[in-house]
This record gives sequence, structure tokens and C-alpha cells, in this order.
Amino acid sequence: MSAQRRTDLLARYPALKRLLLSRAVQPVPMLATLAFFALAVLAGLFGTPAGSRNFGIIFVWIVWWALLILLLVPLTGRLWCAICPIPAPGEWLQRRGIIRRTGGKLRTLGWRWPRRLKNMWLQNFGFLGIAIFSTVILTRPRVSAWVLLGLVLLGVALSLLYEKRVFCKYVCPVGGFIGLYSMLAPLELRVRDPQVCASHTSKDCVTGNEHGYGCPWLIYPGGLRRNIDCGLCTECLKTCPRDNITLNLRPAGSDLLAAQEGRLDEAYKGFIMLGCALLYSVVLLGPWGWLKDWANLERLPYWALYALGFLAFNLAILPGLFWLAAAIAHRLSSGKSSLRRLFVDYSYALVPFGLAAWIAFSLGFVLINGSYALAVLSDPFGWGWDLFGTAGVPWTPLWPDLIPFLQVGVLMPGLLFAVWIAYQVARRHSDTLPQAGRAMLPVTGFLLAVTLVFLRLYLG
Amino acid sequence: MKRFPRRRRITVWLPFALLALAVLVAPIPRLVPPQEREITISLTQFEFSPARLRVNQGDRVTLTLAASDVVHGFYLEGYGIEERIEPGVTKRIEFVAERRGKFRYRCSVNCGALHPFMVGELIVGPNIPFWRAMGLTLLALAGLLVYLQRTGAGYEEVVNESFEIEEAA
Ligand code: SF4
Ligand SMILES: [Cu+2]
Repeated sequence: MSAQRRTDLLARYPALKRLLLSRAVQPVPMLATLAFFALAVLAGLFGTPAGSRNFGIIFVWIVWWALLILLLVPLTGRLWCAICPIPAPGEWLQRRGIIRRTGGKLRTLGWRWPRRLKNMWLQNFGFLGIAIFSTVILTRPRVSAWVLLGLVLLGVALSLLYEKRVFCKYVCPVGGFIGLYSMLAPLELRVRDPQVCASHTSKDCVTGNEHGYGCPWLIYPGGLRRNIDCGLCTECLKTCPRDNITLNLRPAGSDLLAAQEGRLDEAYKGFIMLGCALLYSVVLLGPWGWLKDWANLERLPYWALYALGFLAFNLAILPGLFWLAAAIAHRLSSGKSSLRRLFVDYSYALVPFGLAAWIAFSLGFVLINGSYALAVLSDPFGWGWDLFGTAGVPWTPLWPDLIPFLQVGVLMPGLLFAVWIAYQVARRHSDTLPQAGRAMLPVTGFLLAVTLVFLRLYLG
Repeated sequence: MKRFPRRRRITVWLPFALLALAVLVAPIPRLVPPQEREITISLTQFEFSPARLRVNQGDRVTLTLAASDVVHGFYLEGYGIEERIEPGVTKRIEFVAERRGKFRYRCSVNCGALHPFMVGELIVGPNIPFWRAMGLTLLALAGLLVYLQRTGAGYEEVVNESFEIEEAA
């Protein structure tokens, strides 16, 4: 896309470049997040069962979550993936080292990931699998700790069997939605000139050299077009002998139209994320106690009903309504593109829309319960410690009566951004501008309807 | 390809911006005379019942709060009310519903796993903030649609040769 609207950050800030060239720049923050992670798991396993007094619950589902969805993902895309503790043990085992570039081959069987799984479907189903239990996971420290531990163990296991960061790229349920929404970020890692790559035969970024490892995310930077594929680990910056890799500042959302054709797995990621934000807003933030009981696994048959409804809404109802909108758009446009193609391509409007919905939903509990973070910092296990003198900080909701207005302030730009994307997609599939102007309307109607549901939930 | 003149773009969205401003600040008077309201709320793990209350601006509200299982709390956003509710001991709270909009009441004493999600809603009508938000959203969307249809704004890369951008009259 329009390369002229990029700012080459590494050319402009040599200090940043020097920092990123250091081999310590990734492992050091990783060690720090791993320390927090270990504490969260320990607190979850051995601390108080009261979620709001347990470091494992508060630091993962409030502090980390807020940082991720309110700041890191919207502003930096996949930066979290570069410093995430979950793949750390597996990656360090493969490399037999943490900071230094170790020689020799990676310690792994190095199997190739099956072709059929080279997409987001595992991440989609993994996310849904966790989502139907989320009310339990969010409130039970033990369960939460086992889920986190399970993810690390899965990461280690996959790193022993498969090459590099297959876990992050194709399996991690968090990695899936971070990837989807990273396409919105105003930051990207790209090559400066693809021609330089094309004429460079040794491709050190893929093979690795004495300065760094071959791309752990299994990509060839010369062909990188969308943030979804890149984990921002900066190995290629270290290995590239032609100084062709950089970080750019760019217009937000640049990747959404970068692919010639959308993908069904990514479309579904968009539906699932939007659907979950909507359902959580009903179940967790809404006033309906019976729904909370169902979601809370109090009685198995009711939970089963809830889980079934949850899955049906995400996999069939929401996509079905969107399909309907796409079908009408199909009739309104030239007919040169298939309905399936329109369905998938228009779904990229759900990327800005869904992220806005998640931010709005998260504001609804992060600001309310953020003050617990101070208390658990002093007493992570809920054992009556007072390390920093903050253990007694009472529950203090932050600006509770302002939250609905913040939510509108996020949802509205999300809607407008999404409609703008829908228009760009309509232009692609229409012969004339007036036709595109009509073809965008059904999807616009869908987006508006969902927005009004959110407004009703948050303000009405 | 002709470009829609930048100067004229403002004429497309300015009317919507002015209308939006009107929606945002238009004063809306009290519609119904204030009344006395007596409401009993029971608190159990993890719900308030009734979970949704509707009153009108200016109403004098008396809440009788009773917990039946464990100790709960009653925290009402926007009104600075917080009470501890012990099982078997009813508490009465009086206030005048001066602020319009939706205000949540939340349990403020840790009462079990789902405590952070124990929520009820007080709607003080007419719910002007809600209607303003709806109006604003519709106006912003209408403005964007008209803007897109008039200007054809988009990435140059996706415009194919057959597109002709009509000049505004
Ligand atoms: S090493 Fe550098 S120049 Fe060579 S292919 Fe990789 S990014 Fe391009
Ligand atoms: Cu309670």
C-alpha cells in the first residue's frame, strides 16, 4: 500500500535501532514477564481461592488484560508476542540458551506443521473452548493457573516436536486475536526495499546467521505484507546483512486491505471475537443473575445449554446474519464476485469494530476492579502479607459513572472505521462508485444494528 | 481521474457536525412530576432482585435492602452510596434521583466467586444520555455515508480505471 505514508523509525531514531540490535532486547523483558507469570501461577495454585484477592486472577485478567487490549494491541500490534512468557521456555529449550546466539541446530524434532492446519482454525476453536468456560476461569484462581500452565506445557511440547514458534503462530488462542487486531496497529516491521531482498541469495533472515536466528515465525520478511504474520521478535533486524529491515509508523489499519483476498479462518476470528465481546457484555456485565449461574457451571445441564447457545451464536447466528447482509450486497453489486468472496472480504470491517467492542467491554470491568491490583501487589497469595503497605486498599471503582461515555467514545469511532473499510471493500467489488455506495449499505446496517445493541447494553 | 475538491469536503460534513452538537447540548426539561418510590431489593449470590429499576428524575427513592445468604454490599454509582448488608438485617436508603441516565449498583463486599459481576441497573428517566448517544451515533454514521457517497473517498490503489468521481455541483 501507499509506501509514502510511512515513517522509518529506525532511520529516524538510531538509538532505537541500536537497542533493537542488542540480543538482550527480547529475552530480558521476557524474563520479567516470566517472573510475573510464575508468580501468577503460584498464587493461583497455592493462594486464596477468592479471585479478587489473588494475584493470579487480578494480574492476569485485569492488569495484563487491560495493558494488552487497551494499549499494546491497538498501538503496537503483536508487540506482546515478542515479550510473552508462554512460549519462552520452549523457545529457550530449542535454542539451548536465552540471550546469546547459540551455535548448532535447534533442539527439536523439527517436524513441519501440517499444511491443513496452517491457518487460524485451531486458534478459533481453542479460543471458543476457553471462552465457554471463561466465567469459571476468570473467577477461580486454581482453574486459571492450570489453564496458564497448560498453555506453557503445550508450548514446550510443540517446540520439541515442531520447528520454531509453531505454537504462537497456529495454536495459541491469544496469538490468534492479537494477530487479527495487530493489522490495525500504526506500527509495522517491514523491509525497506523488497527488490534488495529479491536479489539477495543467502536470505540470512530465513536461515539465520551468527547475529541471530532464522525467523521464528517462519516468514520471509521480503514478502511480509500484514502484521498478522510477524511476531516483532527483531531477529531479522539482527541477521539482515543489507540493513533492509525497519520499523515503520503508518496509518492505522493499513493491513486490512493488503491481501488480495480475505480468508475464511480470519473472517471467523472476527465473528468469534465480536460475538464473545457481545456475549460477555451480556453475561458478565449485565444484570441477569440466572445467566451468570448458567455460565458458572452451577448445574451441568444449564451450563451445557449456555455453552451450546454460546457456540451457536458465534459460529452460526452472527455469521449467518452477516451472510445475509453479504447476500444483499451481492445482489446490489455487479455480480463479478461470488457471494462467499463478499462474505469473507466484508468481514474485515469487523476487525476495527471488534477491537472497539473489546475495548468498550474491557473498560466496563477494568476501571471498576483495577484497584484490586494495589491490594494483591502487597498480598499476592491472600495470606495476610503487606509487602508495600497497600494490602488494605479498599475496592475503589474508577470513574464508574463516566465509563458508559468512554464506551460510546470507543464504539462510535470503531463503527465509523468499520463502515469506511466496508466501503473500500465495496469499491473493490463494484464497477462504479455509486454502485459501491449502495453495495456497502447492508453490511453498514449489520454494523449499526450491533452497535445499537451495545449502546443498549451499556447505556440503555 | 478527477478528485473531489478538498475545500468542498467540509460542506459535506459540517451540517452533520452542527446537528451533532445540537443533539449533544440541547436542554431537555423534566417531563413528569416527581413521585415517592418504595422499592425492596433482595441480595443473593450473585444477583440483585429486581435487577433493573426504573424511576424518573426528581423521584424520592427509598430502597429497602435485604441479604438472604451471605454478607453483601450495595454500591450505587453516580450517587456516592455504599452500604454493607448483613443477612437478616434490612437497611433503608433514601435519595433523590437527580441525575438522569443508567447507574449500576454493585455488590461491594466480597461474597464469592462471581462477586465482581454482581450488578444491577438503576435507570433514571428520561434516559437522556442514552438517547443522545443513539442520536450521535446515527448522525455520525449518516454523515460518513453522505461523505463517502459524495466524495468517493478511498485508497487510490483500489480505484480501478472505470471509476469516475462526480464533481459536486
Ligand atoms: S536477509 Fe535482509 S535482504 Fe536478505 S532476504 Fe532477508 S530481509 Fe531481505
Ligand atoms: Cu454480593
